[in-house]
Amino acid sequence: MTPNAPDSAAEPLIEVNSLVRHFGKQKVLDGVSFKVYAGDTFIIMGGSGCGKSTLLRHLIGTEKPTSGSIKIFGQEITTMRAEALQKLRGRYGMLFQSGALLQSLTVAENVALPLVEHTQLDAGLIDTVVKMKLEQVGLTGHGHKKPSEISGGMKKRAALARALALDPPLVFSDEPTAGLDPIMTAVVDELTQRLTQKIGATVVVVTHDMNSVFRIGTRIIMLGTGPNQGKIIAAGTPEEIKAHPNPAVQQFINGDPEGDGTDDSGELLYRETLLGINDTGKYSRSAIQSSKP
Amino acid sequence: MIEAFRQYFALCGSLLYWLFAAPFRGKPWRIGHTFAQIVRIGVHAVPMSALTALTIGVVLAMQSAAQLAKLGATVYVPGLVSSSLIRELAPLVTAVIVIGRSGSSVTAELGTMKVSEEIEALEVMAIPPMSYLIIPRFLAMVIMMPLLTVFSIYVGLTGGWLIGHYSLNMSTAYFVSHALQYVELSDVGIGLLKSGIFGVLIVTIACSIGLNVSGGAEGVGLATTRSVVVSLLSVFIANAVLTALFFF
Ligand SMILES: Nc1ncnc2c1ncn2[C@@H]1O[C@H](COP(=O)(O)OP(=O)(O)OP(=O)(O)O)[C@@H](O)[C@H]1O
Ligand SMILES: [Mg+2]
Repeated sequence: MTPNAPDSAAEPLIEVNSLVRHFGKQKVLDGVSFKVYAGDTFIIMGGSGCGKSTLLRHLIGTEKPTSGSIKIFGQEITTMRAEALQKLRGRYGMLFQSGALLQSLTVAENVALPLVEHTQLDAGLIDTVVKMKLEQVGLTGHGHKKPSEISGGMKKRAALARALALDPPLVFSDEPTAGLDPIMTAVVDELTQRLTQKIGATVVVVTHDMNSVFRIGTRIIMLGTGPNQGKIIAAGTPEEIKAHPNPAVQQFINGDPEGDGTDDSGELLYRETLLGINDTGKYSRSAIQSSKP
Repeated sequence: MIEAFRQYFALCGSLLYWLFAAPFRGKPWRIGHTFAQIVRIGVHAVPMSALTALTIGVVLAMQSAAQLAKLGATVYVPGLVSSSLIRELAPLVTAVIVIGRSGSSVTAELGTMKVSEEIEALEVMAIPPMSYLIIPRFLAMVIMMPLLTVFSIYVGLTGGWLIGHYSLNMSTAYFVSHALQYVELSDVGIGLLKSGIFGVLIVTIACSIGLNVSGGAEGVGLATTRSVVVSLLSVFIANAVLTALFFF
Protein backbone atom coordinates (compact mmCIF):
# COMPACT_ATOMS: atom_id res chain seq x y z
CA MET A 1 0.00 0.00 0.00
CA THR A 2 2.48 2.58 -1.11
CA PRO A 3 0.96 6.01 -1.42
CA ASN A 4 0.98 7.11 -5.02
CA ALA A 5 3.55 9.63 -6.00
CA PRO A 6 2.23 13.16 -6.23
CA ASP A 7 4.48 13.52 -9.23
CA SER A 8 5.56 10.12 -10.43
CA ALA A 9 8.56 11.54 -12.28
CA ALA A 10 10.12 12.89 -9.07
CA GLU A 11 12.67 10.83 -7.19
CA PRO A 12 11.45 9.96 -3.73
CA LEU A 13 13.52 11.40 -0.86
CA ILE A 14 12.93 8.28 1.19
CA GLU A 15 12.10 4.91 -0.24
CA VAL A 16 11.42 1.99 2.07
CA ASN A 17 10.96 -1.48 0.65
CA SER A 18 9.68 -4.59 2.46
CA LEU A 19 11.29 -3.58 5.72
CA VAL A 20 11.25 -6.37 8.31
CA ARG A 21 12.60 -6.17 11.83
CA HIS A 22 12.43 -8.81 14.53
CA PHE A 23 13.15 -8.29 18.21
CA GLY A 24 13.60 -11.88 19.33
CA LYS A 25 10.36 -13.57 18.31
CA GLN A 26 8.43 -10.33 18.00
CA LYS A 27 7.99 -9.05 14.47
CA VAL A 28 7.94 -5.31 15.09
CA LEU A 29 8.12 -4.31 11.43
CA ASP A 30 6.67 -6.69 8.91
CA GLY A 31 7.08 -5.80 5.26
CA VAL A 32 6.75 -2.03 5.50
CA SER A 33 7.05 -0.18 2.18
CA PHE A 34 6.45 3.49 1.46
CA LYS A 35 7.89 6.50 -0.30
CA VAL A 36 8.31 10.04 0.94
CA TYR A 37 8.62 12.84 -1.60
CA ALA A 38 10.28 16.20 -1.25
CA GLY A 39 8.02 18.74 0.40
CA ASP A 40 5.83 16.14 2.09
CA THR A 41 4.76 16.27 5.67
CA PHE A 42 4.68 12.54 6.04
CA ILE A 43 2.79 11.24 9.05
CA ILE A 44 3.36 7.87 10.67
CA MET A 45 0.56 7.05 13.07
CA GLY A 46 -0.59 4.00 14.94
CA GLY A 47 -1.21 2.67 18.42
CA SER A 48 1.30 2.82 21.21
CA GLY A 49 3.92 0.12 20.80
CA CYS A 50 3.10 -0.58 17.16
CA GLY A 51 6.64 0.20 16.03
CA LYS A 52 6.61 3.85 14.99
CA SER A 53 9.74 4.84 16.88
CA THR A 54 11.41 1.64 15.73
CA LEU A 55 10.60 2.54 12.14
CA LEU A 56 12.12 6.01 12.60
CA ARG A 57 15.27 4.48 14.11
CA HIS A 58 15.67 2.42 10.97
CA LEU A 59 15.21 5.49 8.81
CA ILE A 60 17.97 7.35 10.63
CA GLY A 61 20.21 4.30 10.42
CA THR A 62 20.78 3.66 14.13
CA GLU A 63 19.00 0.29 13.87
CA LYS A 64 19.66 -2.26 11.16
CA PRO A 65 16.68 -4.15 9.71
CA THR A 66 16.38 -7.91 9.62
CA SER A 67 15.68 -7.55 5.90
CA GLY A 68 14.46 -4.98 3.41
CA SER A 69 15.89 -1.80 1.99
CA ILE A 70 15.85 1.87 2.93
CA LYS A 71 16.98 4.54 0.50
CA ILE A 72 17.46 8.10 1.71
CA PHE A 73 18.42 10.79 -0.80
CA GLY A 74 18.69 7.87 -3.23
CA GLN A 75 21.33 6.07 -1.16
CA GLU A 76 20.86 2.66 0.39
CA ILE A 77 21.55 3.12 4.10
CA THR A 78 21.07 -0.41 5.41
CA THR A 79 24.41 -1.53 4.03
CA MET A 80 26.17 1.81 4.20
CA ARG A 81 29.55 2.15 5.88
CA ALA A 82 29.76 4.24 9.02
CA GLU A 83 31.62 7.11 7.40
CA ALA A 84 29.22 7.48 4.50
CA LEU A 85 26.29 7.29 6.89
CA GLN A 86 27.85 10.02 8.96
CA LYS A 87 28.09 12.28 5.95
CA LEU A 88 24.46 11.61 5.12
CA ARG A 89 23.44 12.41 8.67
CA GLY A 90 24.61 15.96 8.25
CA ARG A 91 21.59 16.36 5.99
CA TYR A 92 18.86 15.42 8.40
CA GLY A 93 17.70 16.33 11.87
CA MET A 94 15.97 14.08 14.34
CA LEU A 95 13.74 14.82 17.30
CA PHE A 96 13.72 11.83 19.63
CA GLN A 97 10.59 10.81 21.49
CA SER A 98 12.39 11.39 24.79
CA GLY A 99 14.11 14.54 23.54
CA ALA A 100 17.54 13.01 24.15
CA LEU A 101 19.12 16.32 25.14
CA LEU A 102 22.63 15.93 26.51
CA GLN A 103 22.17 16.23 30.26
CA SER A 104 25.66 17.59 30.77
CA LEU A 105 25.01 20.66 28.59
CA THR A 106 22.59 23.53 28.99
CA VAL A 107 19.62 23.93 26.67
CA ALA A 108 21.45 26.58 24.64
CA GLU A 109 24.61 24.45 24.44
CA ASN A 110 22.51 21.55 23.22
CA VAL A 111 21.02 23.64 20.43
CA ALA A 112 24.45 25.06 19.62
CA LEU A 113 26.11 21.63 19.48
CA PRO A 114 25.39 20.82 15.80
CA LEU A 115 26.45 24.34 14.85
CA VAL A 116 29.69 24.12 16.82
CA GLU A 117 30.46 20.69 15.38
CA HIS A 118 29.52 21.17 11.76
CA THR A 119 29.90 24.83 10.89
CA GLN A 120 32.70 27.37 10.98
CA LEU A 121 30.49 30.09 12.47
CA ASP A 122 32.06 32.18 15.20
CA ALA A 123 30.72 32.10 18.73
CA GLY A 124 28.73 35.32 18.41
CA LEU A 125 26.90 34.15 15.32
CA ILE A 126 26.17 30.76 16.86
CA ASP A 127 24.74 32.57 19.85
CA THR A 128 22.41 34.52 17.60
CA VAL A 129 21.25 31.44 15.73
CA VAL A 130 20.62 29.60 19.01
CA LYS A 131 18.58 32.51 20.37
CA MET A 132 16.53 32.54 17.18
CA LYS A 133 15.92 28.78 17.27
CA LEU A 134 14.91 28.90 20.92
CA GLU A 135 12.54 31.77 20.20
CA GLN A 136 10.89 29.75 17.44
CA VAL A 137 9.94 27.07 19.92
CA GLY A 138 8.97 29.51 22.68
CA LEU A 139 11.96 28.92 24.93
CA THR A 140 13.39 32.43 25.05
CA GLY A 141 15.11 32.96 28.40
CA HIS A 142 15.47 29.26 29.21
CA GLY A 143 18.74 28.72 27.36
CA HIS A 144 20.90 28.74 30.47
CA LYS A 145 18.98 25.91 32.16
CA LYS A 146 20.07 22.28 32.27
CA PRO A 147 17.68 19.73 30.73
CA SER A 148 16.93 18.43 34.22
CA GLU A 149 15.62 21.86 35.16
CA ILE A 150 12.94 22.18 32.48
CA SER A 151 9.59 20.46 31.97
CA GLY A 152 8.90 17.53 29.66
CA GLY A 153 7.23 19.68 27.04
CA MET A 154 10.07 22.18 27.18
CA LYS A 155 12.57 19.36 26.64
CA LYS A 156 10.61 18.33 23.56
CA ARG A 157 10.73 21.86 22.19
CA ALA A 158 14.41 22.31 23.01
CA ALA A 159 15.13 19.05 21.23
CA LEU A 160 13.14 20.27 18.25
CA ALA A 161 15.20 23.44 18.20
CA ARG A 162 18.34 21.30 18.21
CA ALA A 163 17.04 19.11 15.38
CA LEU A 164 16.42 22.26 13.33
CA ALA A 165 19.68 24.00 14.23
CA LEU A 166 21.36 23.31 10.90
CA ASP A 167 18.17 23.89 8.87
CA PRO A 168 18.33 20.34 7.51
CA PRO A 169 16.40 19.53 4.33
CA LEU A 170 14.95 16.43 6.02
CA VAL A 171 13.57 16.31 9.54
CA PHE A 172 12.40 13.28 11.53
CA SER A 173 10.18 14.09 14.42
CA ASP A 174 8.99 11.53 16.98
CA GLU A 175 5.83 12.81 18.65
CA PRO A 176 6.82 16.47 18.62
CA THR A 177 3.61 17.55 20.29
CA ALA A 178 3.21 14.86 22.95
CA GLY A 179 3.05 16.52 26.34
CA LEU A 180 2.45 20.01 24.98
CA ASP A 181 -0.56 22.21 25.77
CA PRO A 182 -2.94 23.02 22.89
CA ILE A 183 -1.34 26.38 22.18
CA MET A 184 2.19 24.97 22.12
CA THR A 185 0.92 22.11 19.98
CA ALA A 186 -0.34 24.66 17.48
CA VAL A 187 2.97 26.55 17.64
CA VAL A 188 4.98 23.40 16.96
CA ASP A 189 2.59 22.35 14.19
CA GLU A 190 2.95 25.75 12.61
CA LEU A 191 6.72 25.48 12.86
CA THR A 192 6.58 22.10 11.14
CA GLN A 193 4.38 23.53 8.42
CA ARG A 194 6.68 26.48 7.94
CA LEU A 195 9.58 24.06 7.42
CA THR A 196 7.90 22.42 4.48
CA GLN A 197 6.21 25.47 3.03
CA LYS A 198 8.81 28.22 3.53
CA ILE A 199 12.10 26.36 3.68
CA GLY A 200 11.11 23.51 1.38
CA ALA A 201 12.15 20.86 3.87
CA THR A 202 10.61 17.43 4.10
CA VAL A 203 9.29 16.29 7.43
CA VAL A 204 8.50 12.81 8.71
CA VAL A 205 6.35 13.05 11.83
CA VAL A 206 5.25 10.34 14.20
CA THR A 207 2.20 11.48 16.08
CA HIS A 208 -0.87 10.36 17.99
CA ASP A 209 -2.52 13.73 17.84
CA MET A 210 -5.34 13.56 15.30
CA ASN A 211 -5.65 17.34 15.17
CA SER A 212 -2.01 17.59 14.20
CA VAL A 213 -2.33 14.77 11.69
CA PHE A 214 -5.00 16.53 9.70
CA ARG A 215 -3.60 20.01 10.29
CA ILE A 216 -0.13 19.35 8.91
CA GLY A 217 -0.15 15.96 7.17
CA THR A 218 0.09 15.68 3.40
CA ARG A 219 0.61 11.89 3.34
CA ILE A 220 -0.21 9.47 6.07
CA ILE A 221 0.52 5.86 6.85
CA MET A 222 -0.92 3.94 9.77
CA LEU A 223 0.78 0.92 11.32
CA GLY A 224 -1.38 -1.85 12.70
CA THR A 225 -1.47 -3.49 16.11
CA GLY A 226 -2.32 -7.03 17.19
CA PRO A 227 -2.30 -9.48 14.30
CA ASN A 228 -1.41 -6.63 11.95
CA GLN A 229 1.57 -5.58 14.07
CA GLY A 230 4.24 -4.04 11.90
CA LYS A 231 2.13 -3.84 8.75
CA ILE A 232 0.83 -0.71 7.10
CA ILE A 233 -2.95 -0.95 7.41
CA ALA A 234 -3.76 2.36 5.75
CA ALA A 235 -1.94 4.82 3.54
CA GLY A 236 -2.93 7.91 1.63
CA THR A 237 -3.75 11.58 1.77
CA PRO A 238 -5.62 13.00 4.79
CA GLU A 239 -8.92 12.80 2.86
CA GLU A 240 -8.30 9.18 1.93
CA ILE A 241 -7.48 8.32 5.54
CA LYS A 242 -10.58 10.14 6.85
CA ALA A 243 -12.74 8.07 4.51
CA HIS A 244 -10.81 4.83 5.03
CA PRO A 245 -13.05 1.76 5.18
CA ASN A 246 -10.93 -0.13 7.75
CA PRO A 247 -12.78 0.09 11.10
CA ALA A 248 -9.48 0.04 13.00
CA VAL A 249 -8.48 3.22 11.21
CA GLN A 250 -11.82 4.89 11.88
CA GLN A 251 -11.65 3.86 15.51
CA PHE A 252 -8.17 5.35 15.82
CA ILE A 253 -9.14 8.62 14.14
CA ASN A 254 -12.25 9.05 16.25
CA GLY A 255 -10.58 7.93 19.45
CA ASP A 256 -13.44 5.52 19.99
CA PRO A 257 -12.90 3.22 22.95
CA GLU A 258 -15.74 0.89 21.87
CA GLY A 259 -15.37 -1.64 19.10
CA ASP A 260 -17.58 -4.57 18.17
CA GLY A 261 -15.38 -7.61 18.08
CA THR A 262 -13.45 -8.45 14.99
CA ASP A 263 -14.30 -7.12 11.58
CA ASP A 264 -14.46 -9.21 8.46
CA SER A 265 -10.76 -8.93 7.71
CA GLY A 266 -10.05 -10.54 11.06
CA GLU A 267 -8.79 -7.24 12.42
CA LEU A 268 -8.87 -7.27 16.18
CA LEU A 269 -10.08 -3.93 17.32
CA TYR A 270 -7.62 -1.50 18.64
CA ARG A 271 -8.85 -1.34 22.21
CA GLU A 272 -9.00 -5.08 22.56
CA THR A 273 -5.44 -5.64 21.58
CA LEU A 274 -4.25 -2.68 23.56
CA LEU A 275 -6.03 -3.34 26.80
CA GLY A 276 -5.87 -7.09 26.43
CA ILE A 277 -9.61 -7.52 26.82
CA ASN A 278 -10.59 -11.03 25.72
CA ASP A 279 -14.05 -12.26 24.66
CA THR A 280 -15.24 -12.58 28.22
CA GLY A 281 -14.53 -8.93 28.81
CA LYS A 282 -11.80 -9.67 31.31
CA TYR A 283 -8.27 -8.45 31.06
CA SER A 284 -6.09 -11.23 29.86
CA ARG A 285 -3.01 -11.59 31.97
CA SER A 286 -0.63 -12.20 29.11
CA ALA A 287 -1.66 -9.07 27.27
CA ILE A 288 -1.15 -6.94 30.35
CA GLN A 289 2.22 -8.46 31.02
CA SER A 290 3.35 -8.15 27.47
CA SER A 291 2.41 -4.50 27.41
CA LYS A 292 4.86 -3.72 30.18
CA PRO A 293 7.61 -1.45 28.93
CA MET B 1 29.62 -13.57 27.88
CA ILE B 2 30.84 -14.13 24.30
CA GLU B 3 28.76 -11.14 23.28
CA ALA B 4 30.46 -9.05 25.99
CA PHE B 5 33.89 -10.01 24.67
CA ARG B 6 32.80 -9.19 21.14
CA GLN B 7 31.57 -5.77 22.27
CA TYR B 8 34.80 -5.21 24.18
CA PHE B 9 37.05 -6.01 21.26
CA ALA B 10 34.87 -4.01 18.90
CA LEU B 11 35.31 -1.02 21.20
CA CYS B 12 39.07 -1.57 21.37
CA GLY B 13 39.23 -1.76 17.60
CA SER B 14 37.44 1.48 17.02
CA LEU B 15 39.40 3.04 19.88
CA LEU B 16 42.59 2.27 17.96
CA TYR B 17 41.13 3.90 14.87
CA TRP B 18 40.03 7.02 16.71
CA LEU B 19 43.31 7.27 18.60
CA PHE B 20 45.76 6.78 15.79
CA ALA B 21 44.05 7.05 12.40
CA ALA B 22 41.28 9.61 12.81
CA PRO B 23 43.58 12.50 13.87
CA PHE B 24 45.24 12.23 10.46
CA ARG B 25 41.89 12.41 8.73
CA GLY B 26 40.90 15.76 10.12
CA LYS B 27 39.28 14.46 13.30
CA PRO B 28 41.70 15.49 16.02
CA TRP B 29 41.48 14.54 19.69
CA ARG B 30 39.26 16.85 21.67
CA ILE B 31 41.72 18.49 24.03
CA GLY B 32 39.15 20.58 25.91
CA HIS B 33 36.98 17.55 26.67
CA THR B 34 40.06 15.61 27.68
CA PHE B 35 41.00 18.24 30.24
CA ALA B 36 37.49 18.19 31.67
CA GLN B 37 37.80 14.41 32.06
CA ILE B 38 41.29 14.70 33.54
CA VAL B 39 39.78 16.82 36.27
CA ARG B 40 36.83 14.48 36.82
CA ILE B 41 38.65 11.17 36.52
CA GLY B 42 42.02 12.12 37.88
CA VAL B 43 42.20 15.26 39.92
CA HIS B 44 39.12 14.48 41.97
CA ALA B 45 40.63 11.11 42.86
CA VAL B 46 43.68 12.73 44.46
CA PRO B 47 42.44 13.10 48.05
CA MET B 48 41.25 9.55 48.26
CA SER B 49 44.40 8.13 46.66
CA ALA B 50 46.46 10.18 49.07
CA LEU B 51 44.66 8.98 52.16
CA THR B 52 44.79 5.36 51.03
CA ALA B 53 48.47 5.53 50.10
CA LEU B 54 49.34 7.17 53.41
CA THR B 55 47.66 4.44 55.45
CA ILE B 56 49.27 1.74 53.31
CA GLY B 57 52.72 3.29 53.82
CA VAL B 58 52.17 3.50 57.56
CA VAL B 59 50.88 -0.06 57.81
CA LEU B 60 53.71 -1.45 55.68
CA ALA B 61 56.29 0.23 57.89
CA MET B 62 54.64 -0.93 61.11
CA GLN B 63 54.23 -4.54 59.98
CA SER B 64 57.72 -4.85 58.59
CA ALA B 65 59.21 -3.13 61.62
CA ALA B 66 57.40 -5.53 63.94
CA GLN B 67 58.75 -8.57 62.08
CA LEU B 68 62.23 -7.26 61.32
CA ALA B 69 62.75 -6.06 64.87
CA LYS B 70 62.86 -9.72 65.96
CA LEU B 71 65.84 -10.19 63.67
CA GLY B 72 67.29 -6.87 64.64
CA ALA B 73 66.99 -5.81 61.03
CA THR B 74 64.82 -2.69 61.13
CA VAL B 75 67.39 -1.15 58.85
CA TYR B 76 65.55 -2.89 56.02
CA VAL B 77 62.21 -1.20 56.78
CA PRO B 78 62.64 1.76 54.39
CA GLY B 79 63.70 -0.50 51.54
CA LEU B 80 60.81 -2.85 52.11
CA VAL B 81 58.31 -0.01 52.18
CA SER B 82 59.71 1.62 49.06
CA SER B 83 60.10 -1.50 46.95
CA SER B 84 56.66 -2.90 47.73
CA LEU B 85 55.04 0.48 47.16
CA ILE B 86 56.79 1.20 43.90
CA ARG B 87 56.61 -2.26 42.39
CA GLU B 88 53.23 -3.46 43.56
CA LEU B 89 51.09 -1.58 45.97
CA ALA B 90 50.95 1.94 44.63
CA PRO B 91 49.86 0.92 41.11
CA LEU B 92 47.42 -1.63 42.46
CA VAL B 93 45.85 0.48 45.19
CA THR B 94 45.57 3.48 42.87
CA ALA B 95 43.84 1.25 40.34
CA VAL B 96 41.38 0.06 42.97
CA ILE B 97 40.58 3.63 43.99
CA VAL B 98 40.18 4.73 40.38
CA ILE B 99 37.94 1.77 39.59
CA GLY B 100 35.75 2.58 42.57
CA ARG B 101 35.26 6.22 41.92
CA SER B 102 36.10 6.92 38.27
CA GLY B 103 35.52 3.67 36.38
CA SER B 104 32.13 3.22 37.99
CA SER B 105 31.12 6.78 37.22
CA VAL B 106 32.20 6.44 33.58
CA THR B 107 30.03 3.35 33.22
CA ALA B 108 27.08 4.94 35.00
CA GLU B 109 27.31 8.13 32.95
CA LEU B 110 27.66 6.41 29.58
CA GLY B 111 24.96 3.90 30.52
CA THR B 112 22.55 6.67 31.44
CA MET B 113 23.35 8.42 28.17
CA LYS B 114 22.68 5.17 26.35
CA VAL B 115 19.29 4.47 27.90
CA SER B 116 18.15 8.08 27.52
CA GLU B 117 19.01 7.92 23.78
CA GLU B 118 21.70 10.60 24.14
CA ILE B 119 24.30 8.40 22.44
CA GLU B 120 21.93 7.76 19.56
CA ALA B 121 21.24 11.48 19.34
CA LEU B 122 24.98 12.18 19.05
CA GLU B 123 25.26 9.64 16.25
CA VAL B 124 22.34 11.18 14.40
CA MET B 125 23.89 14.63 14.76
CA ALA B 126 26.93 13.09 13.04
CA ILE B 127 29.02 13.56 16.19
CA PRO B 128 30.73 10.20 16.69
CA PRO B 129 30.42 9.15 20.36
CA MET B 130 33.89 7.63 20.09
CA SER B 131 35.40 11.01 19.42
CA TYR B 132 33.07 13.03 21.63
CA LEU B 133 32.85 10.75 24.66
CA ILE B 134 35.27 7.83 24.63
CA ILE B 135 38.61 9.25 23.44
CA PRO B 136 38.63 12.07 26.03
CA ARG B 137 37.93 9.59 28.83
CA PHE B 138 40.55 7.19 27.52
CA LEU B 139 43.24 9.84 27.26
CA ALA B 140 42.36 11.25 30.66
CA MET B 141 42.64 7.84 32.28
CA VAL B 142 45.87 6.88 30.57
CA ILE B 143 47.44 10.20 31.54
CA MET B 144 46.14 10.31 35.08
CA MET B 145 46.73 6.74 36.27
CA PRO B 146 50.55 6.97 36.18
CA LEU B 147 50.45 10.46 37.68
CA LEU B 148 48.20 9.31 40.51
CA THR B 149 50.51 6.36 41.02
CA VAL B 150 53.59 8.58 41.33
CA PHE B 151 51.66 10.66 43.80
CA SER B 152 50.63 7.56 45.75
CA ILE B 153 54.23 6.37 45.90
CA TYR B 154 55.29 9.70 47.29
CA VAL B 155 52.53 9.85 49.88
CA GLY B 156 53.01 6.19 50.79
CA LEU B 157 56.72 6.76 51.38
CA THR B 158 55.79 9.69 53.57
CA GLY B 159 53.64 7.29 55.59
CA GLY B 160 56.57 4.91 55.95
CA TRP B 161 58.82 7.79 56.92
CA LEU B 162 56.38 8.81 59.65
CA ILE B 163 56.85 5.44 61.33
CA GLY B 164 60.57 5.26 60.58
CA HIS B 165 61.23 8.73 61.86
CA TYR B 166 59.01 8.93 64.90
CA SER B 167 58.92 5.33 66.02
CA LEU B 168 62.19 3.80 64.82
CA ASN B 169 64.17 6.99 65.33
CA MET B 170 65.63 7.06 61.84
CA SER B 171 66.76 10.39 60.51
CA THR B 172 65.13 11.59 57.33
CA ALA B 173 68.36 11.26 55.39
CA TYR B 174 68.83 7.72 56.69
CA PHE B 175 65.28 6.78 55.72
CA VAL B 176 65.53 8.24 52.25
CA SER B 177 68.91 6.77 51.43
CA HIS B 178 67.86 3.31 52.60
CA ALA B 179 64.54 3.58 50.82
CA LEU B 180 66.26 4.35 47.55
CA GLN B 181 68.95 1.73 48.00
CA TYR B 182 66.67 -1.17 47.13
CA VAL B 183 64.87 0.23 44.12
CA GLU B 184 66.13 0.83 40.64
CA LEU B 185 64.88 3.49 38.31
CA SER B 186 63.56 0.63 36.19
CA ASP B 187 61.31 -0.41 39.09
CA VAL B 188 59.67 2.98 38.96
CA GLY B 189 59.32 2.65 35.20
CA ILE B 190 57.72 -0.75 35.50
CA GLY B 191 55.38 0.49 38.24
CA LEU B 192 54.26 3.30 35.98
CA LEU B 193 53.93 0.98 33.00
CA LYS B 194 51.74 -1.25 35.15
CA SER B 195 49.56 1.66 36.16
CA GLY B 196 49.24 2.74 32.54
CA ILE B 197 48.11 -0.75 31.57
CA PHE B 198 45.65 -0.78 34.47
CA GLY B 199 44.33 2.56 33.26
CA VAL B 200 43.74 1.19 29.76
CA LEU B 201 41.96 -1.85 31.21
CA ILE B 202 39.79 0.20 33.54
CA VAL B 203 38.65 2.76 31.02
CA THR B 204 38.04 0.32 28.17
CA ILE B 205 36.03 -2.00 30.39
CA ALA B 206 34.06 0.90 31.87
CA CYS B 207 33.28 2.35 28.45
CA SER B 208 32.44 -0.96 26.81
CA ILE B 209 30.01 -1.94 29.54
CA GLY B 210 28.54 1.56 29.74
CA LEU B 211 27.95 1.87 25.99
CA ASN B 212 26.19 -1.47 25.87
CA VAL B 213 23.75 -0.95 28.73
CA SER B 214 20.19 -1.96 28.07
CA GLY B 215 17.17 -2.05 30.31
CA GLY B 216 16.69 1.40 31.80
CA ALA B 217 17.82 2.58 35.22
CA GLU B 218 18.04 -0.98 36.52
CA GLY B 219 20.34 -1.84 33.62
CA VAL B 220 22.59 1.09 34.48
CA GLY B 221 22.86 -0.09 38.09
CA LEU B 222 23.72 -3.64 37.08
CA ALA B 223 26.20 -2.43 34.50
CA THR B 224 27.98 -0.24 37.04
CA THR B 225 28.39 -3.16 39.42
CA ARG B 226 29.59 -5.36 36.60
CA SER B 227 32.06 -2.74 35.46
CA VAL B 228 33.60 -2.53 38.94
CA VAL B 229 33.80 -6.30 39.39
CA VAL B 230 35.22 -6.99 35.94
CA SER B 231 37.73 -4.16 36.23
CA LEU B 232 38.93 -5.34 39.64
CA LEU B 233 39.40 -8.90 38.44
CA SER B 234 41.16 -7.82 35.25
CA VAL B 235 43.50 -5.51 37.12
CA PHE B 236 44.42 -8.17 39.70
CA ILE B 237 45.04 -10.76 37.01
CA ALA B 238 47.02 -8.30 34.88
CA ASN B 239 49.07 -7.38 37.93
CA ALA B 240 49.98 -10.99 38.60
CA VAL B 241 50.94 -11.50 34.96
CA LEU B 242 53.02 -8.32 34.83
CA THR B 243 54.79 -9.10 38.07
CA ALA B 244 55.65 -12.55 36.77
CA LEU B 245 56.96 -11.03 33.55
CA PHE B 246 59.10 -8.30 35.06
CA PHE B 247 60.18 -9.37 38.50
CA PHE B 248 60.24 -13.14 38.60
N1 LIG C 1 15.36 -2.66 21.75
C1 LIG C 1 14.23 -3.38 21.75
N2 LIG C 1 14.25 -4.66 22.13
C2 LIG C 1 13.12 -5.42 22.13
N3 LIG C 1 11.92 -4.97 21.76
C3 LIG C 1 11.83 -3.69 21.37
C4 LIG C 1 12.97 -2.82 21.34
N4 LIG C 1 12.58 -1.60 20.91
C5 LIG C 1 11.26 -1.70 20.69
N5 LIG C 1 10.81 -2.95 20.96
C6 LIG C 1 9.43 -3.42 20.80
O1 LIG C 1 8.97 -2.92 19.59
C7 LIG C 1 7.63 -2.52 19.70
C8 LIG C 1 7.48 -1.13 19.11
O2 LIG C 1 8.16 -0.21 19.90
P1 LIG C 1 8.19 1.33 19.50
O3 LIG C 1 8.99 2.05 20.51
O4 LIG C 1 8.61 1.43 18.09
O5 LIG C 1 6.66 1.72 19.63
P2 LIG C 1 5.93 3.08 19.25
O6 LIG C 1 5.02 2.78 18.14
O7 LIG C 1 6.92 4.16 19.06
O8 LIG C 1 5.07 3.35 20.55
P3 LIG C 1 4.75 4.74 21.30
O9 LIG C 1 3.68 5.40 20.52
O10 LIG C 1 4.26 4.31 22.63
O11 LIG C 1 6.01 5.51 21.35
C9 LIG C 1 7.25 -2.63 21.15
O12 LIG C 1 6.41 -3.75 21.31
C10 LIG C 1 8.53 -2.84 21.86
O13 LIG C 1 8.35 -3.73 22.91
MG1 LIG D 1 7.47 5.81 20.07
